[in-house]
Amino acid sequence: MKIRAQIGKVLNLDKCIGCHTCSVTCKNVWTSREGMEYAWFNNVETKPGVGYPKEWENQEVWNGGWVRKKNGRIAPKMGGKLRILAKIFANPDMPQIDDYYEPFTFDYEHLHNAPESETPPTARPRSLISGERMEKIEWGPNWEEILGGEFSKRSRDVNFEAIEKEVYGQFENTFMMYLPRLCEHCLNPTCVAACPSGAIYKREEDGIVLIDQDKCRGWRMCVSGCPYKKIYYNWRSGKSEKCIFCYPRIEAGQPTVCSETCVGRIRYLGVLLYDADRIESAAAVEDPKDLYQAQLDIFLDPFDTEVIRQARADGVPQSWLDAAQRSPVYRMAMDWKVAFPLHPEYRTLPMVWYVPPLSPIQSAAEAGALGSHGLIPDVSQLRIPLRYLANLLTAGDEAPVKLALERMLAMRAYMRARHVEDRRELEVLDRVGLTEAAIEDMYQTMAIANYEDRFVIPTSHREYAEEAFDLRGECGFSFGDGCSGGGGKIDLFSHEVRVGPSAGGRSDRVVPGQ
Amino acid sequence: MADWFHILVFGYYPYLAATVFLAGSLIRFDREQYTWRSGSSQLLRRHQLIWGSVLFHVGILLLFFGHFVGLLTPKEIYHAFGMGSGTKQVLAIVAGGLFGVVCFVGLTMLLHRRLFDPRIRATSSVMDIAILVLLWLQLVLGLASLPLSWAHREGGEIMVQLSLWAQKIVTFQSDAADYAMGVHWIYQVHIVLGLTIFLVFPFSRLVHVWSAPVGYLGRRGYQVVRTREGRRAA
Repeated sequence: MKIRAQIGKVLNLDKCIGCHTCSVTCKNVWTSREGMEYAWFNNVETKPGVGYPKEWENQEVWNGGWVRKKNGRIAPKMGGKLRILAKIFANPDMPQIDDYYEPFTFDYEHLHNAPESETPPTARPRSLISGERMEKIEWGPNWEEILGGEFSKRSRDVNFEAIEKEVYGQFENTFMMYLPRLCEHCLNPTCVAACPSGAIYKREEDGIVLIDQDKCRGWRMCVSGCPYKKIYYNWRSGKSEKCIFCYPRIEAGQPTVCSETCVGRIRYLGVLLYDADRIESAAAVEDPKDLYQAQLDIFLDPFDTEVIRQARADGVPQSWLDAAQRSPVYRMAMDWKVAFPLHPEYRTLPMVWYVPPLSPIQSAAEAGALGSHGLIPDVSQLRIPLRYLANLLTAGDEAPVKLALERMLAMRAYMRARHVEDRRELEVLDRVGLTEAAIEDMYQTMAIANYEDRFVIPTSHREYAEEAFDLRGECGFSFGDGCSGGGGKIDLFSHEVRVGPSAGGRSDRVVPGQ
Repeated sequence: MADWFHILVFGYYPYLAATVFLAGSLIRFDREQYTWRSGSSQLLRRHQLIWGSVLFHVGILLLFFGHFVGLLTPKEIYHAFGMGSGTKQVLAIVAGGLFGVVCFVGLTMLLHRRLFDPRIRATSSVMDIAILVLLWLQLVLGLASLPLSWAHREGGEIMVQLSLWAQKIVTFQSDAADYAMGVHWIYQVHIVLGLTIFLVFPFSRLVHVWSAPVGYLGRRGYQVVRTREGRRAA
């Protein structure tokens, strides 16, 4: 047993209102740079839909994630090391920017400068890559917002697998949910495995997966390897970039920007302890439906004295063990079993988990039939098909998702009975196997969701930290010019680019530190 | 004057180019690793890249190793294996011609894409275009030399002479430039352009050649975990 700790995350989709605040704040902080305009470390998609980039979940198209080989071991779906290297000159498994969207700006200047005309002037779109006029914007990070587009296109969503989907194209039966997506900071990341340069790594102390910008050579295999398509190739710098889990904030004990700014309070951050020696075997279980349980099995109980002893021996600080005992992520994933990994069948053992959303009960139940099922309605009658959620979260196994939804409904029923009728509704708790204490805790954590209950983040530890004294006088991260920047106007080594006046009117190069 | 110029170009220029190539690469790697990348534009446009890039890379790698072995192997060695200079020249012409055509097709596609695809053109640096043009010209010169070589295939003198020049350069013989004397101007320009490619190498995206990730095949397992000290944990 080798115990490591990771800051895990849970998103409570039941409370996501699809406001995109997470995406926008993240964008403003991390990807508002040339080369990364098209990249959203966090984006919110409306499901069902094919998403951003198009059909990212369809691994028959992109070959992301892992496959289990006949000998019981796993290998990246895009191929073993030799086959990955064979794709280095031109990678057939990589999306083109149009699969995300061609970044654009609008000719705002025209609104100021247009001569007198019969019709009001308009600001038409212009490509941020070529600087040329774009007649039509074709796609974006939330193109299918609130069921935008035809059902025939949206229904190519692979989560419709084993569902008679035609009926959901009818207005009366349609359903939707929001899915905010970011890097999963997996225990078994395919991007790391596929990187020929070894530039991508998982941090031992907090599990954050990062790309060493100096070591990245732009071979672009990570883009294909990641089944969530959450690694973005920066076309300006020629390096790949990804969600950094706001590690400078995490190290200081603060939540990530997307979590901090979430107005729906749907995001949770907390420590999970896991057995690093069992990652590979957990990722290699035969039946994809067992992957969810296999991942649960390698999470460790932070109250277990043997776990605590071993964790200390493996260098996990006491403050992290304390935080693990108060972790909202652990309780939602392990105690209440209401949170699930996104697409466990990719075998990446993702560490950003999701609470499935409840949805209105179909019309029959609404018409009075509800009471006959007791306080917990039949979740198979929910507007969002159970199988759809299961395809998203448990590789198609409906039972765990069903239980989670029932527990959330039970929490509502119990609390309603207590607050409205001043009655302790214990029967409903028995049906879903939760105690009163657990349901109170669940209510506090998931419904009230106070800041300090959502984010239990221990600060990075002194013994882990870099020797700050050695960093004095350095310039931190720079875009290739180091501290010197050079005296002349000609940049000897780095990208000297002719930026046309039309390219969004941006002739300024981003050179922080100058 | 002509002699002085000849010695400058074929006697000294190789060392200038080699020095800039090696020292420049080292300085860039040390100081500016963030700029050290292949500079792929596949994301922006797949069209013409899949075929163009594969053909170009396969062709140019084989051409590079062909030149490397062909120029630097002393003739005594292949003579000892019973291969005459004439045979070697024919082999070089056939192999070089084949790989040259493969590379030419790929490189022409890449150059066309870089110049005429609006996205690629707009995001190209001067050096991105210059290096492709340089390589393309070099390749055309190389292909243009094939008929000349074919005409001399019997004794293989030209190839022997040029390989002696290369061998004398890498072994620091002062009379190296003499061996580049009297050969057709196409060979001479091909050599000068080749040296120039080495000269500009550190200032271009070509530096990614140094980083060819063959070490990946030897990586233990798939995962990389780093400790804070930068140690690889498992």
